[in-house]
Amino acid sequence: MRRSRAETDASHVKLSRRAALLGGVQLLFMGGLAARMQYLQVDQADQFRLLAEENRINIRLIPPVRGEIFDRNGMKLAQNVPSYRIVMVREDAGNVEEVIGRLADLIDLTPEQIENALAEPKRSERFLPVTIAEDVSWEVVSAVSVNAPALPGITPEVGSTRVYPRGSDFAHVVGRVGSVSEKDLEALEDPDAVLRIPRFQIGKINVEAREEALLRGVAGTKQVEVNATGRVMRELERREGTAGADIQLTVDAKLQNYIQARLSGESAAVVVMDCEKGDILANSSAPSYDPNLFIGGILSKDYDPLLVDKYRPLVNKTVQGAYPPGSTFKMMTAMAAIEAGIIGPDETVYCPGHLEVGGRRFHCWKRGGHGWVDLENSLKQSCDVYYYDLALKVGIEKISAMSNRFGLGVRHDLALSSVNSGLTPTKEWKLANRGASWVIGDTVNASIGQGFMLASPLQLAVMTARLATGRDVRPRLVKTVNGIEQPIEGNGPLDMNENNLRKMRKSMYAVVNDRRGTAYRSRIIADDMRMAGKTGTSQVRSVVVNNADVPWEQRDHALFVGYAPYDNPRYACAVLVEHGGGGSAAAAPIARDALLQALYNGEPPLEAYPAADRDRIEIQQRALRDVKPQARVKKGKDQA
Amino acid sequence: MSYLEYTVKSVPTGLRKVLYLNWPLVLLLTAVACTGFLMLYSVAGGQYNPWAEPQIKRFGLGLALMIMIAMVPIWIWRNLAGLAFGVSVMLLVGVEFFGSVGMGAQRWIDLGVIRLQPSELTKITMVMFLAAYYDWLPTKKVSRPFWVLLPVLFILVPTMLVLKQPDLGTAILLLAAGGGLMFLAGVHWAYFASVIAAGIGLVAAVFKSRGTDWQMLENYQFRRIDTFLDPASDPLNTGYHIAQSKIALGSGGWTGRGFMQGTQSRLNFLPEKHTDFIFTTLAEEFGFIGGISLLVLYGLIIVFCVASAIMNKDRFASLLTLGIALNFFLFFAVNMSMVMGLAPVVGVPLPLVSYGGSAMLVLMLAFGLVQSAHVHRPR
Repeated sequence: MRRSRAETDASHVKLSRRAALLGGVQLLFMGGLAARMQYLQVDQADQFRLLAEENRINIRLIPPVRGEIFDRNGMKLAQNVPSYRIVMVREDAGNVEEVIGRLADLIDLTPEQIENALAEPKRSERFLPVTIAEDVSWEVVSAVSVNAPALPGITPEVGSTRVYPRGSDFAHVVGRVGSVSEKDLEALEDPDAVLRIPRFQIGKINVEAREEALLRGVAGTKQVEVNATGRVMRELERREGTAGADIQLTVDAKLQNYIQARLSGESAAVVVMDCEKGDILANSSAPSYDPNLFIGGILSKDYDPLLVDKYRPLVNKTVQGAYPPGSTFKMMTAMAAIEAGIIGPDETVYCPGHLEVGGRRFHCWKRGGHGWVDLENSLKQSCDVYYYDLALKVGIEKISAMSNRFGLGVRHDLALSSVNSGLTPTKEWKLANRGASWVIGDTVNASIGQGFMLASPLQLAVMTARLATGRDVRPRLVKTVNGIEQPIEGNGPLDMNENNLRKMRKSMYAVVNDRRGTAYRSRIIADDMRMAGKTGTSQVRSVVVNNADVPWEQRDHALFVGYAPYDNPRYACAVLVEHGGGGSAAAAPIARDALLQALYNGEPPLEAYPAADRDRIEIQQRALRDVKPQARVKKGKDQA
Repeated sequence: MSYLEYTVKSVPTGLRKVLYLNWPLVLLLTAVACTGFLMLYSVAGGQYNPWAEPQIKRFGLGLALMIMIAMVPIWIWRNLAGLAFGVSVMLLVGVEFFGSVGMGAQRWIDLGVIRLQPSELTKITMVMFLAAYYDWLPTKKVSRPFWVLLPVLFILVPTMLVLKQPDLGTAILLLAAGGGLMFLAGVHWAYFASVIAAGIGLVAAVFKSRGTDWQMLENYQFRRIDTFLDPASDPLNTGYHIAQSKIALGSGGWTGRGFMQGTQSRLNFLPEKHTDFIFTTLAEEFGFIGGISLLVLYGLIIVFCVASAIMNKDRFASLLTLGIALNFFLFFAVNMSMVMGLAPVVGVPLPLVSYGGSAMLVLMLAFGLVQSAHVHRPR
């Protein structure tokens, strides 16, 4: 059926009209699409661009490199060493069982490690690395690297871990780090985000903890692009953090090592301090422990012995311990009295061997008495009655005030944990803390460093340095931070009568160098190195018995404070031997050895010792010469 | 040159016909397809595989197919229209029984050589059949009720079959293309007005049916509509696609983030990034300018088709060309509206750009018909 020409033309005109109309509608719609596109892409571009960035960018933290710790001569006390672990990415491993099987043939894996390696990947995303073995040796890393083609998805990773190369020598100074615990986080008001990194290490005690802010540094950030499932595609931007500051301590690793070795077998504490600047050269507490054992979690087989040891290796006795200072306190009683003008240094007091006070008889250690004694003689022979007498005349308040000026009863805030402030009792203190009023007997006890009087070895060292110099010497432990010398605080004159101080020093000289002095056997012979000091024996129980007859825990503490050289004080030293017996026998020799070691910056010549002792000393020196600090051998690259 | 030569009286024969093809249209189609190759290369992370290379091969095949179809005189195609439509409706029925399930819908039928999507084919054969119908029907009968009802039936049969697969997107396209063709053929305005009124009523009924026993749409279809109306209601599942798609477009800005720099698509934030959502990648990487350029190319294709149809005095050829152009328009209009958040996510690919063999071949086949109409127009 063919149409007429006219009909065809008419229908074509109508068709063309409608085609143009529909075409127009189509173009109009396209205009609408274009407008929508403009709205989304031009008008709202910024907002959507932001949303796209949020979609894809994750910010990850780069843990900062922890600052290292050095001794005064630049010897490393705490360092970072690379540590290796073996990780597996399941996605790349393919057949996990087979790959783990091959790995187990190659390196030693415990059954738990194998079990974890097989179980853990099932829990996490396929592309996230799973740790199979941690803290592995360089040999293991090499073995894995060499066999890489057979071990798809398995790679060694380098991390960093803290190592204390001086081991047990510095546990009580440098301290240690450990993984951040929930408790650590709770204690902080606004914890640094870096602490949320799993197994991030922070300082737990001592310098590591107290200088955490300096050592930690500031975390860097890296922006990584992630896809919709969270897989990291590439790194976009990296802002390096700031490494932690390196800290140089005032301690001398060699001296510290000598003293720790010298103290072996004892429960003791020694502080050696520079008289001029207050630098702590040695801060030894024995026994000690190896802080390396704590890195990455200590095993109970290592930890339990430390806890039950009656010598308390975990306690830093130099600053945490507070002990009755005993006769080493006598200088304070005397200074209080002579500075108050109650007695002249040369005036004498009669010692009949005891003193009646308030109906109670206080004995001198020497039952027979010392007769008429002045300051020098009383100190030299450690006569008690002289000080009882002085204390009764000057009163406890002035004694406490004087000892505060010498650094007792004052907290010296070194960068160590649990620094004890000791105790210099007053009448008010007793009323407030013991609920009883002060009795005259308390003053008598306090005068010879017994009763309520408590001091730490650090405080005794500070006291000695101040006596030796007449200046307000303050202890300093941090020497430089990132190479910048830390300021020396205080160190102004103590405003004491120089004549009185000179008398006091002369008396302390006599204690060591006078034939009848209590520390005569521990004297130094070298003329320009002469030592001055004072022995102390502080009772841990009230009844006087022979130390040899009682168990260790009940024996007296042995103390000694001293400095050298007498005429030009360089080093002050305080020694405490817990339950060591008499100060002259147990503590004074240690102080002499430590001071000589410091004065000669190493092993002193035998000529510095009295001729009679030299054979014995030589044997002792030889024994101590090669004592290395206990430090767990790390499975690092160095030992490979 | 040959395109503007109306004056040439001689009807081209043999291989000379190739010179008389609508070459601007061929170039436009090629340009759009090349945009597609570029984007497929980009979403594969700078790789020819798995998408760009097969797509290029298919386009080459499609181009050859188009030219071959163009060589066949248009009246032969007209005579085959009934057969073609019948076969495709039968294939739609066949899909019900032998089809394989892809993306949760029965859409494919495996013919051994090629995996065919009969619904794609039906879009073209329906237009062919309707054009032939209106070519055959005397003009004065066009608006008579019986002769209106008959093509409505021809449209509804395949539409219902497609809806049952279920493929809402294609069903709507079939409906719109069929209606458009009836409008072009000159059916009276009043019919369209009443159908639109009825349509609004039907939509209301569909929504009313939700949750009842006689629910007219599948739950996922309802959810898509919900998501469209309020994308924020479901930001992690269905709404996620639209939200991420808008982010991709928006972040493109004026000039885009640069070739292969689109983070949204490359990092898999976009779903179906190589098929239905490929436009977002283009808009993200080449920005507003890139998006508009593609839109202009599409617009020019429509313009050239409409011009070719108006110039063609043959009623079948004219209607067929316009119907195919309308189909093509509906394709990209729905797809773009969808990715821009103007329409629900209905699974319509971007013509010639999205990855997919069936759609590409069927489209090139259709443009072969357009070319045949152009080459064999009465002079």
